[in-house]
Amino acid sequence: MKREFEIIAELLPENSRVLDVGCGDGTLIKYLSKEKNIDVRGLELNEENVEICISKGLSVIEGNAETELGQFPDKSFDFVILSQTLQAFYSPVTVLEHLLRIGKASIVSIPNFGYWKVRASLLFFGRMPETKSLPYKWFDTPNLHMCTIKDFYELCENRRIKMEKIIGINNNKTSLINNNNIKLKNLFSEVGIFLIS
Amino acid sequence: MNYKTENIKKLIVKKPLKLECGKTISDFPLAYETYGKLNEKRDNAILVFHALTGDQFASGINPLTKREGWWDNAVGKNKAIDTNKYFVICANVLGGCMGTFGPKEINENTNEPYGLKFPVITIKDMVKAQESLLDYFKIGKLLCALGGSMGGMQLLQFCASFPDRTFSAVPIACSSSHSAQNIALNELARQAIMADPDWSKGNYVKTKNSPKNGLAVARMAGHISYLSESGLQEKFGRKLQEKADYEFSFDADFQVESYLRHQGYSFVDRFDANSYLYITRAMDYFDLSKQYNNGITEAFKNQKTKFLVISFSSDWLYPTKHSKDIVIALNASGANVAFAEIKTDKGHDSFLVNEPKFLKTIKGFIDSSYEVFKK
Repeated sequence: MKREFEIIAELLPENSRVLDVGCGDGTLIKYLSKEKNIDVRGLELNEENVEICISKGLSVIEGNAETELGQFPDKSFDFVILSQTLQAFYSPVTVLEHLLRIGKASIVSIPNFGYWKVRASLLFFGRMPETKSLPYKWFDTPNLHMCTIKDFYELCENRRIKMEKIIGINNNKTSLINNNNIKLKNLFSEVGIFLIS
Repeated sequence: MNYKTENIKKLIVKKPLKLECGKTISDFPLAYETYGKLNEKRDNAILVFHALTGDQFASGINPLTKREGWWDNAVGKNKAIDTNKYFVICANVLGGCMGTFGPKEINENTNEPYGLKFPVITIKDMVKAQESLLDYFKIGKLLCALGGSMGGMQLLQFCASFPDRTFSAVPIACSSSHSAQNIALNELARQAIMADPDWSKGNYVKTKNSPKNGLAVARMAGHISYLSESGLQEKFGRKLQEKADYEFSFDADFQVESYLRHQGYSFVDRFDANSYLYITRAMDYFDLSKQYNNGITEAFKNQKTKFLVISFSSDWLYPTKHSKDIVIALNASGANVAFAEIKTDKGHDSFLVNEPKFLKTIKGFIDSSYEVFKK
């Protein structure tokens, strides 16, 4: 399981109720269900992934988060997870609002466009960046709304979304991000994980 | 149709069953079949609900018609619903014609078939009757219950009426209430039967005729609705039936015509026209939301059952939207639900034919459910 999932798992208390939006092949929620007795649900767009999840015994709904989050009642989950998918939506803010409506809290992770390798690629080579967390060519990327950790921090501030914890990942090492170190962390974190409510 | 149903398995349901129409029936036969073995812990039982024209013979060869069971693609040894491992029960629905109490059964008071004197039954009545089988086999809780089309409607009703009697449930290509289009298509079928002079207001057994033409047309109309446009087009296109050119007549010039005629007329040998009327009526009356004040969300309140809802992308009879509405209601009531739309051009009938993605999905779901459920 990737480092990001380990960190998300650590943030979640046992026996809670969790919805993973864009749960992929269910690696994270299977782990949460097995190791932390968490009551998990998933929403996933890709039909092959849905079939894999169902075979793992996971209750995953095939659907598009952009249009189908409305079916989940208010505060019906303790946590809603959105892992590195926010940037792929036409309307990230609408999705974000749904996450906060459905969950008592939400964990949103973003591939950081402010990461130094991303900046360097554009600065030194004049090319759209391709990195481990952003592996796509500019013409076939699903990522419509790239942002930096700082951008997302600002969005939360402007919308009065409470940021309870922000964690940056760089080469599998993690560090806490706050108002004082954000400039630096924005440069050295490949992925940012936000616990918000 | 004139199959002898004396030698098939039947449970005589002694407990009086109050039907939704107000009448009460008791001591009536419920024909069923089982596959595989019920284990000692009685935790490997699966109940399968059949669709409009199905029967209890889901797997293997139907001993009466000598044809392949309607769900032989899914149920059997080493198949998706593996009878090496699981005990599968399937019953002929109330109103049916394969040995269960239906309009062709003899009314002991008059010594004649019930015909239209048979009470109008509903999906709920069908389900209540079948619950008796669980008591008969001393199965407290099923591992899983599955049903496609009308079978799916029975399953939804079963889960709403008996929330503790199955651990998991797979409603397939169905709806929580019949739409105007669904009712219209059924009405078309009924009108075809009733317009046949041999129907004789339902008393055809007395006249020793049966409304074969009407029932065949009803089946043809149904059959079209079970296939997708692209599926039909791919299979038949405008291909001619064993001829080089048009014959400028009303014989079956096109292959699709010949196919429909075959489907229609082979059906009348195995199905009772009055049963067709009664069962389609039951489908039309089905509206789960009507039974509860706050709609289907309330129907599924306090559900512990684990659901897998399945739809097929090319099904226009019970389109994906119908399934999604069920998923939304289940979600709103906090139930445990998974949903998959199988991409296929095989239309509504996808659950009956060999559709590997579908079969793989239900297998994965049942096997993983068993891992949690087994004692």
